[in-house]
Amino acid sequence: MTAATSDSLLKKSTGRNTRGLLRLVILCTIAAAAVASRLFSVIRFESIIHEFDPWFNFRATKYLVANGFYDFWDWFDDRTWHPLGRVTGGTLYPGLMVTSGIIWHALRALTLPVDIRNICVLLAPGFSGLTAFATYLFTNEMTTSPSAGLLAAVFMGIAPGYISRSVAGSYDNEAIAIFLLVFTFYLWIKALKVGSVFWGALCALFYGYMVSAWGGYVFITNLIPLHVFVLVCMGRFSPRLYVSYTTWYAIGTLASMQIPFVGFLPIRSSEHMSALGVFGLLQLVGFVEFVRAAIPSKQFGTLLRGFVLLVFAISLFGLVTLTFAGVIAPWTGRFYSLWDTGYAKIHIPIIASVSEHQPTAWPAFFFDLNMLIWLFPAGVYLCFLKLNDEQVFVVVYSILASYFSGVMVRLMLTLTPVVCVSAALAMSYILDSYLTVKSPETPESVSSTADSSVSGNGSTASAKKAAKQEGGLRANRQPLVGIYTLFSKISVVSAMTAYLLIFVAHCTWVTSNAYSSPSVVLASRLPDGSQHIIDDYREAYQWLRQNTAEDAKIMSWWDYGYQIGGMADRPTLVDNNTWNNTHIATVGKAMSSKEEVSYPIMRQHEVDYVLVVFGGLLGYSGDDINKFLWMVRIAEGIWPDEVKERNFFTDRGEYAVDDRATQTMKDSLMYKMSYYNYNSLFPPGQATDRVRGVKMPEVGPVLNTVEEAFTSENWIIRIYKVKDLDNVGRDHASAASFERGNKKKKVTKRRGPKVLRVE
Amino acid sequence: MAPKRSNARESTPSTTATSQISTPAATSTPSVPVKSTPKSSSGNLSPQEVALSIWQNYLDTTPQRTKLIDVFMTFLVVVGALQFVYCVIAGNYPFNAFLSGFSATVGQFVLTASLRIQTNTENKAEFTSVSPERAFADYVFGSLILHFFCVNFIN
Repeated sequence: MTAATSDSLLKKSTGRNTRGLLRLVILCTIAAAAVASRLFSVIRFESIIHEFDPWFNFRATKYLVANGFYDFWDWFDDRTWHPLGRVTGGTLYPGLMVTSGIIWHALRALTLPVDIRNICVLLAPGFSGLTAFATYLFTNEMTTSPSAGLLAAVFMGIAPGYISRSVAGSYDNEAIAIFLLVFTFYLWIKALKVGSVFWGALCALFYGYMVSAWGGYVFITNLIPLHVFVLVCMGRFSPRLYVSYTTWYAIGTLASMQIPFVGFLPIRSSEHMSALGVFGLLQLVGFVEFVRAAIPSKQFGTLLRGFVLLVFAISLFGLVTLTFAGVIAPWTGRFYSLWDTGYAKIHIPIIASVSEHQPTAWPAFFFDLNMLIWLFPAGVYLCFLKLNDEQVFVVVYSILASYFSGVMVRLMLTLTPVVCVSAALAMSYILDSYLTVKSPETPESVSSTADSSVSGNGSTASAKKAAKQEGGLRANRQPLVGIYTLFSKISVVSAMTAYLLIFVAHCTWVTSNAYSSPSVVLASRLPDGSQHIIDDYREAYQWLRQNTAEDAKIMSWWDYGYQIGGMADRPTLVDNNTWNNTHIATVGKAMSSKEEVSYPIMRQHEVDYVLVVFGGLLGYSGDDINKFLWMVRIAEGIWPDEVKERNFFTDRGEYAVDDRATQTMKDSLMYKMSYYNYNSLFPPGQATDRVRGVKMPEVGPVLNTVEEAFTSENWIIRIYKVKDLDNVGRDHASAASFERGNKKKKVTKRRGPKVLRVE
Repeated sequence: MAPKRSNARESTPSTTATSQISTPAATSTPSVPVKSTPKSSSGNLSPQEVALSIWQNYLDTTPQRTKLIDVFMTFLVVVGALQFVYCVIAGNYPFNAFLSGFSATVGQFVLTASLRIQTNTENKAEFTSVSPERAFADYVFGSLILHFFCVNFIN
């Protein structure tokens, strides 16, 4: 619409050039804004990797860069999951590491030798610029409006819902996956519109890349078939649909099976069955359509349609049978918990224990998307008004993604692209309507410009004219449609501009305050406003790196597995890749049992050091005492007789660490290690735990089987060394009590109950 | 889109064609009704006559190139069916080998069907931006990618 009413400067070929240049400048600015708004943490702190998972990706990337691709592909990592090891090449999505490896090599070839760490840190901001561009392309497929694509690119560039997972330093799979997601969808829409094998094959290639990058590819595998299925049900089957979908499926499935981690899953698991089913359905529908065109008989056509339904029902039945028979793997727990939202909490505590897997509260939607969230339904409604093949895609995508993001916090990430796109559709519709300088002509000649005004149609004009000539009732007249006064235009446009400006301010504020803090260093403010950095994590990991043997095994809760592997470079027992639940439960049992029980466990697993995180001194709430209940629960799932959650609560059902704590709690290794010597920091009787906000008991716990090896400056990380067996063969409790001089002075001659020596 | 030709042509390939198509959808049983329904539904004419007239109609109206494509597609169907039968008989031990062989035939079949659709003059309106030459180049591109993945997957 703006194109039609633009002034003389923007006409003909110069106009096209000017607009092209403007568009280029705008897109470059958007990319720059997207990159710049993600750099808060690098500028404030330093260029390091942030969370837990990225440390493994970083470590794997370093391995790839150091050893080459083939070694990386066959990498058996013997420094994680200590007794077991991990076949890393077959249990990770290699797309992220390979991408940054390629960038590293390309930069070296350009004689710009950049450290691999900097590439890893800055990969996500770089790709967010590409995501904005992909969103621009995707939105341009949806509408003819020239501004919608640019608006969508702006939204996508700075929306906090996406920034939260792609700030500089968050070297996670999502860093490149969202770009691939949006670009795959763009290629899919393109393939569907053109009906060309070329675009379908490109879509399949990028789908393969997406599979190699992120486990969320299952979303694409189910969304595209769902789109096709909805189109078929709407009676919109076309040869273009057949060409694009079958090309995508045939090549894309093969491409996805090249990734060792995926393997035969596209054939065997339930998550991929919808794509296969729609593939079969499309063959049938194509066949039936062809026959119906060739043989002009009405009954025959309906019969064939019935036949399609029959075959569909039969194959669905076969699918269900095969699933129950076990040939096709049922839904995995992670995906099943999306449907049955109570499932994970009851059956798989390890899934429920991750904070990202909780349902989303509604303020989170406003926090992450601000005004986009209320433009989003309007955009979907606009898609309904003009329902072509590609608009159906937006509708299907938005419904599905809205549901998923409501169930799980981290899936907000997949919702953000469609929110940006449809909000841009709505916003550009408003702007296009109100930004026309020319006001619509008077009703007499409205029919000539009918299609360029907002929603006027030709029939209104004549009807209006007739009504006026008759001089009939006001109510009988057709309403005047269109925006006439300059005032209404200016007011609406300025309101929208204000919203857009507020959106930018909100996004910047959220990014700066909520999403740009590395979890490795903790920042706090001193009373004079200066920044105080608490760097206990790296202090402790550095201590481990420098003062322990090269192959000393560290036992900690699985949250810190990747960081220990990445920063301390020591073998761990469990890590964030929670593939072996029993092994994690073993660690949980060792942490939550008495010393006498956990010492043999630690000996069996050759543990040298135990690491616990304790925030009591500083008020750091994410410590191991607060995670302790999950350890107990996970251990209880495997050994219900030995570890009981009930025993860790007081009689009144409280989870207490002070005087009221139960004996089981006080005896547990985790409790003892956390509070060991904690009293000595305070004057007698004044020890307080600042996280739980309670006063600690007078006498601290006594440790017999482990000894304190290191405690960081703010007591956040405490490392204990597991003692060797006693030289004289006593158990550790009696040895330690002997050391402390607790032996009785009075020697009793009485013989205790002895047992017969066997050998 | 394509298998109806083979259905019209002769009865044996049609069974294989439909069975091959529906096997991905988890069962091979539904191939039986497809053959029987068109014949029984034709009413007063005998099934043989109907089939014969369709076949004649096909021979008369289809261009030479399209027929060539159809022959190739029939060949792919036969190869795919043979592989599947062999897999059922001999077991699927190197499963990736079976998968890559079988999906090579399926993928090539679909790509060829797409080429057939795109070059069909009746579908001119649908594919405004795809000329027959473009369709063929696309076909070559898609096939090359497909075969690369198949060769890579077969080890």
